Amino acid sequence: MTRVLRRRKLKSAIALGISMLATVLGLATLGAILWTLVVQGFGGWSITLFTQTTPAPQSEGGLLNAIYGSVVMTAIGIGLGTPVGMLAGTYLAEYGRRNAFTSTVRFINDVLLSAPSIVIGLFVYTVVVARMGHFSAIAGAISLGIIAMPVIVRTTEDMLRLVPTSMREGSAALGAQPWRTVTSVVYPAARSGLITSGLLAVARISGETAPLLFTALNNQFWSSDLNGPMANLPAVIFQFAMSPYENWQVLAWSGALLITLFVLLLSIAARSIAALFGTIQRGAS
Amino acid sequence: MAAATQPLHARLRREATAESVFRWATVCSAALVLLLLFGVLASLAYGAWPALKTFGFGFLTTQVWNPVTVKFGALAPIYGTVVTSLIAMLIAIPIAFGIAVFLTETCPRWLRTPIGIAIELLAAIPSIVFGIWGLFILAPILQQHVQPWLIDYIGPLPIIGLLFQGAPYGIGLLTAGIVLAIMVLPFITAVMREVFQMTPTSIKEAAYAAGATQWEVVWDVVFPWSRPGMIGGVMLGLGRALGETMAVTFVVGNAHRISTSLIAPGTTIAAAIANEFTEAVGDLYTSSLMALGLILFVLTFAVIAGARLLLLRLERGATRRYA
Repeated sequence: MTRVLRRRKLKSAIALGISMLATVLGLATLGAILWTLVVQGFGGWSITLFTQTTPAPQSEGGLLNAIYGSVVMTAIGIGLGTPVGMLAGTYLAEYGRRNAFTSTVRFINDVLLSAPSIVIGLFVYTVVVARMGHFSAIAGAISLGIIAMPVIVRTTEDMLRLVPTSMREGSAALGAQPWRTVTSVVYPAARSGLITSGLLAVARISGETAPLLFTALNNQFWSSDLNGPMANLPAVIFQFAMSPYENWQVLAWSGALLITLFVLLLSIAARSIAALFGTIQRGAS
Repeated sequence: MAAATQPLHARLRREATAESVFRWATVCSAALVLLLLFGVLASLAYGAWPALKTFGFGFLTTQVWNPVTVKFGALAPIYGTVVTSLIAMLIAIPIAFGIAVFLTETCPRWLRTPIGIAIELLAAIPSIVFGIWGLFILAPILQQHVQPWLIDYIGPLPIIGLLFQGAPYGIGLLTAGIVLAIMVLPFITAVMREVFQMTPTSIKEAAYAAGATQWEVVWDVVFPWSRPGMIGGVMLGLGRALGETMAVTFVVGNAHRISTSLIAPGTTIAAAIANEFTEAVGDLYTSSLMALGLILFVLTFAVIAGARLLLLRLERGATRRYA
């Protein structure tokens, strides 16, 4: 082996070794974060977490009202975002495959997908909260719905595109109008894909904090009034973590762990369903 | 079976009506996406108008942020946003590159999918989790072990020392940048890995056949081939970093001032809005925060749109050439 070749091989080995170190460093950091979260979060886990409402400083309590608020607002948000998002995704995939309007909508939707969520919060504040004159759970739900929409538009389009064209042609050959083809043939064929799309959207919005800070605000007490401020996990975590009280900080960790487990579980479920769907589609076509 | 007993032409007419209703519903929903963008822009501009009218162009160039004297300038939050994002990119890009190289070149096949999935799952973790970790775990470590060293050993050096002046608070621009780097790492890695995989095997094989080492193939073949896609991925990560709120708000220190020192507390646009919006009294204060929101939206829109355009062009090129 010549010296030049030996040096080139050495350089290659060193560079690839560094890339491996980068992987270890990256995964270790992310692993450390999860590990801390589990250790700190489980420390505060007990049944009272789910049965009691948020406490005053230095006293016993749980996160019941915050969990309730998060579930309600996420559910309403998904309820608002899903129909609109699915219809828009249907348009992109079925009706307007190749026109300029479609490519504009698709592009803007992709940008909205990564737009800062805090700006959506400001938007909903101006349009809803300022008009109504007070903070409300419904305003929080609307902002979550707006954040969920681009996710659903994108995934719906992707999933519908996986359905083989031959199925649409078969339906059309039987004399079905396009809407019948879409609702009776394409949607059922893409059902698990559409479920994935919904799960991903729930995962995306259930940890959102910034837009809720000035729409739903927060609430120290139990409230099921959609027209008033409502507690929600992210806002409670934010408030409690920044506080000097130790019992609040413990609750903040517990809440953070709760959200993370929920989001990770949803993402894994969504991936598994999507993987299943992918193989079925490939087998069919 | 009421439908079956109707005359055929009536049923056909009903189907046709349903078709146009459904079609319109989808068109309107799609239009709503565009409307949303303009709605956000218009509402922010409307909210920001009083502040922009009062302070004019000076809003962008002054550092004062004083609710008592009602004088507001956006320079400190803009500075903080840019600096924290730059720190994040400086840290995240090389590591993401390393991970992507490892995953596409050296990693044993059975490990590739699990690591890839792990990284994608990490992208789903809510940003507030990174924030709380940064505040309780990272900030104390930096305060006790890293920052004193930086202040003692790098602080006295000329020029570069200016970056590490002052007391070790733990929180500040540097800490925020590090937390942001960890947060955007999965996003950038995922895109880089994807574009690396798009490199045609034939040109890599050609390079190997010509006697290139593994690293030479990565650096001289894969890297140039995937540069536009990598830039797209980096800009996507940058867009995230610029607009990220919760991870930063916890650790940036929330001080409206500009300091050359990276370890000094600062603020970012998103953190300032998150911290102050509900407590802002007076129209001009609220309006100034709205103006910050408008600046942030325009800034991130430009970065993300640029990234998407790059990635879109790449996708089209790839299908044209190899499909």
